[in-house]
Amino acid sequence: MLELKLHQLEYPLLSLMIFIPVLGAFLLLFIRNAAFVRLIALAFSIIELGLCMPLLMSFDSSTPHMQFGESIPWIEAWNINYRLGVDGISILFVALTTLLTVISIMVSWTAIQDRVREFMIAMLFLEAAIVGVFVSLDLFLFYVFWEAMLIPMYLLIGIWGGPNRLYAAVKFFLYTLVGSVLMLVAIIAVYFAAGHTFDVLAIMNYKFDRTFQLWAFAAFFAAFAVKVPMFPVHTWLPDAHVEAPTAGSIILAGILIKMGAYGFLRFSLPFFPDATIAWTPAIMALSVIAIIYGAYMAFAQTDFKKLIAYSSVSHMGFVTLGIFALNLQGMEGGILQMLNHGVSTGALFLAVGVIYERTHTRLIADYGGIAAKVPVYAAFLLIVTLSSIGLPGMNGFIGEFTILLGAFLHYKPYAVIASLGIILGAGYMLWLYQRIAFGKITNPHNEHLADMNTREVIAALPLVALVFFIGLYPNAAFGVMHASVANLLQQVNAKMQAAPAIAQTLNGILPH
Amino acid sequence: MPSMYQQFQQAILPVLPEFVVIIVALTVLIFDFFVEKKQKAALGWYSLAGIMVAAYASTKLMNASGTFFEGTFLLDPFSTFFKFVFYIVCGLGILLSINYLKVEDIHRGEYYALMLFATTGMMMMASAGDLITLYLGLELMALSVYILAGFKRRDNRSNEAAIKYLVLGAFSSGIMLYGMSLLYGLSGTTNLAGILAFLHKTDLTNPILFLSMIMLIVSFGFKVAAAPFHMWVPDVYEGAPTSVTAFMSAGPKVAGFAVLLRVFLYALEPLQANSTAIIAGLAVLTMAVGNIVALSQTNIKRMLAYSSIAHAGYALVGLAAGGPEGAASVMLYVCIYAFMNMGAFGVVIMLRKAGERGEEITDFAGLGKTNKTAAFLMLIFMFSLTGIPLFAGFMGKFYIFKAAVQAGLLWLAVVGVIFSAISAYFYLRVIMVMYMKEPKGSIELQTSPSLALALAISVTAVIVIGVYPTDLLNFARASISGIL
Repeated sequence: MLELKLHQLEYPLLSLMIFIPVLGAFLLLFIRNAAFVRLIALAFSIIELGLCMPLLMSFDSSTPHMQFGESIPWIEAWNINYRLGVDGISILFVALTTLLTVISIMVSWTAIQDRVREFMIAMLFLEAAIVGVFVSLDLFLFYVFWEAMLIPMYLLIGIWGGPNRLYAAVKFFLYTLVGSVLMLVAIIAVYFAAGHTFDVLAIMNYKFDRTFQLWAFAAFFAAFAVKVPMFPVHTWLPDAHVEAPTAGSIILAGILIKMGAYGFLRFSLPFFPDATIAWTPAIMALSVIAIIYGAYMAFAQTDFKKLIAYSSVSHMGFVTLGIFALNLQGMEGGILQMLNHGVSTGALFLAVGVIYERTHTRLIADYGGIAAKVPVYAAFLLIVTLSSIGLPGMNGFIGEFTILLGAFLHYKPYAVIASLGIILGAGYMLWLYQRIAFGKITNPHNEHLADMNTREVIAALPLVALVFFIGLYPNAAFGVMHASVANLLQQVNAKMQAAPAIAQTLNGILPH
Repeated sequence: MPSMYQQFQQAILPVLPEFVVIIVALTVLIFDFFVEKKQKAALGWYSLAGIMVAAYASTKLMNASGTFFEGTFLLDPFSTFFKFVFYIVCGLGILLSINYLKVEDIHRGEYYALMLFATTGMMMMASAGDLITLYLGLELMALSVYILAGFKRRDNRSNEAAIKYLVLGAFSSGIMLYGMSLLYGLSGTTNLAGILAFLHKTDLTNPILFLSMIMLIVSFGFKVAAAPFHMWVPDVYEGAPTSVTAFMSAGPKVAGFAVLLRVFLYALEPLQANSTAIIAGLAVLTMAVGNIVALSQTNIKRMLAYSSIAHAGYALVGLAAGGPEGAASVMLYVCIYAFMNMGAFGVVIMLRKAGERGEEITDFAGLGKTNKTAAFLMLIFMFSLTGIPLFAGFMGKFYIFKAAVQAGLLWLAVVGVIFSAISAYFYLRVIMVMYMKEPKGSIELQTSPSLALALAISVTAVIVIGVYPTDLLNFARASISGIL
């Protein structure tokens, strides 16, 4: 049974991480000068990133228990508590969120000229809500953050987005809302079934009957699958990605869609182990379809951003494939791949944003041969392209390899088909790079393209560093998550009849 | 032998709040003769002060409980809770009106008197212990609101609104009286407690009993604007002066729910097996009609009219759930609804100025650029009406659906949340028009201290209740525990 470790630090670190961006947003209300607004927003996001230091330093990775716990009664009549805590899984996403927010604010420096103050307020609110999602240990509180996050994201896409932004923003909002409200009913049902509690750790210990599990799992699935997004409810993603401003795309691809997969790990699997096992074949099939379909669609795209959006569908297929392989390799690979995807795709969208700000076109056909004009940019794009493909030595490789390993143990045919996705991925990404960077300059506008400036390089560097760091030393991430993942698997497998032993032979290869 | 004074004191004390409001209303009519046309705002502030005195009297009676005037008048925490909601509705209504009436050039003292009379009627309805008192309160409220709806005498739409409301309202009153008389014929009493006692010992399968129940549902359904008895709502809401629309979208609806709770969860409680199914059906229909028709509206007042129908549907879900939790959820909901809906109308009123109606949704275009505060307030009210967390609307809906699940009406909760998600589309459209469209020209807003105060109160309530609903929630639960 998991415990919530209270009073680990002298100060409420997780609450600070939620409320510092809110405080920043509140301060911005009183500042009119745009340059000053940008600085304050950046400062607050950097303070937030700085808070990750004590978080990661004081984190004890040897235990699966929830750390940095806080618990205050909130709505006593409904037995709702303001309850926070992190484990080895959520801590990684909190860190990723704070990093990508800093980067997003930096790339918006000159790209956003209209209503800068409102933009930065939305960004900081978004950060607060996302951190809240990852650290909540009360279902009600979780839902509040989960939904509240829609407001700033809707505004980011709708106000600062591209030409078709209104459609994309509403589509994003409605898709996610419909999925979420079904989860809300399931949350209420869980509350009554588990004895009037929203406490996530208490619910994990409660054994729901099988029929209840199947329905509740389906309702949670509705919310999480839309967010991931899984095939066939992925259609909001390409629209939202294409229309969102660069910062919005980075947050969307980097963190927001991870919330769905995180939901599976934190809630669906431990709450409803029987249903998880019952639903696994269908989810594995959907994952494989997403991998192949996303890759296939990516080939057909003429728009830079849309291509990356479909590649996200494909990559997130790998994530769900790994998670629902229900073994150590698959799950750890899946979680690592979520981080990798956040880093790589965040970097890819950053790359699109940098070039879009100069040329105002996202059509791949408008580029070609720019490597000669903008060598730094071309090098950066090459690194992130290769990382997205999964070249050994870079982050993507470790994730995909472990996922396939895990999937192969339980579902050989799926693993075989999924590995085709990697080949396809290499195909569309390399072809993309070739069409953009190599060849002769076909578009005269690109003759005088300016290379990345210092600010952009500074924004890109941490991502490039992470690409190699995770690629060369994945144990840093595996080590943090290992205890929590093992515990999670034990929670699920305890219910599994004749659980197949995780092949010891492969453990030697795996970086644990 | 108590002295005359003591007897008088004892008789007046339980109805002191009502007494205060009536006195204020009557004195408004007298003062009206002496107040210059330009100074009519003073009457508004005077009425507001009267409401606050009545509210103070109610706080003194907060824990009092008892039956008065031969069982026709009940003073209990339940009625006191609703009276507070009525003070809020009336107070906000007055604040929204003061400047608007000037702009519309209909600033007359009767307006405030009628609003106070309507409020008295609502208070009577909440306190009714007898079908006759209930009817009296309801008619006092309805007649006052009919006149208010037609207050723009020279405006055809306003006249149409008043006539339509009057004719259909009279019709529904007729049905209500028919239902009441059947109930009286069976039970031999008009007293609610007496009816409950009668139902406990009679054959509940009597078709006449069923018929009278249906008639009561129909007529109360009319008052709260439940589908299919909602046909009057869009035209009346659109035609009436906007401040009146704000007032009647909240006041009569809340009063209607007070009566529905008292009658169906208390007096007709033994019939719940029958009534629940009907009310659940009405709830589904009401949510469907309200939310789906609202999607295609281009006039903001009509859109908010359909949205108010939809919200009656959510509250009916709570009523169908029944029991103390269902009742408390309805009470919390109507209170929250009053704040957010009147706030939204407050922003609509700002757009009304001489020579321009400002009622089309497209009139909001670019408000996010030209008037950031007004747009931001509207954004909050719209998200709250949608039921997005951090705002009160979410807490209200959550409690309603929670009560429904607890009562075993899981399917109803699912239907409710789906319609709630659909509603996001038309609320978002207002936000989209404000923030994502270019302004058509400079928009001069009609602001005034009274309007600003009303908006400040509503938005504070929407956020505070949205973040920390505990106190209001406990108040609602404590208030219901006495009667159920």
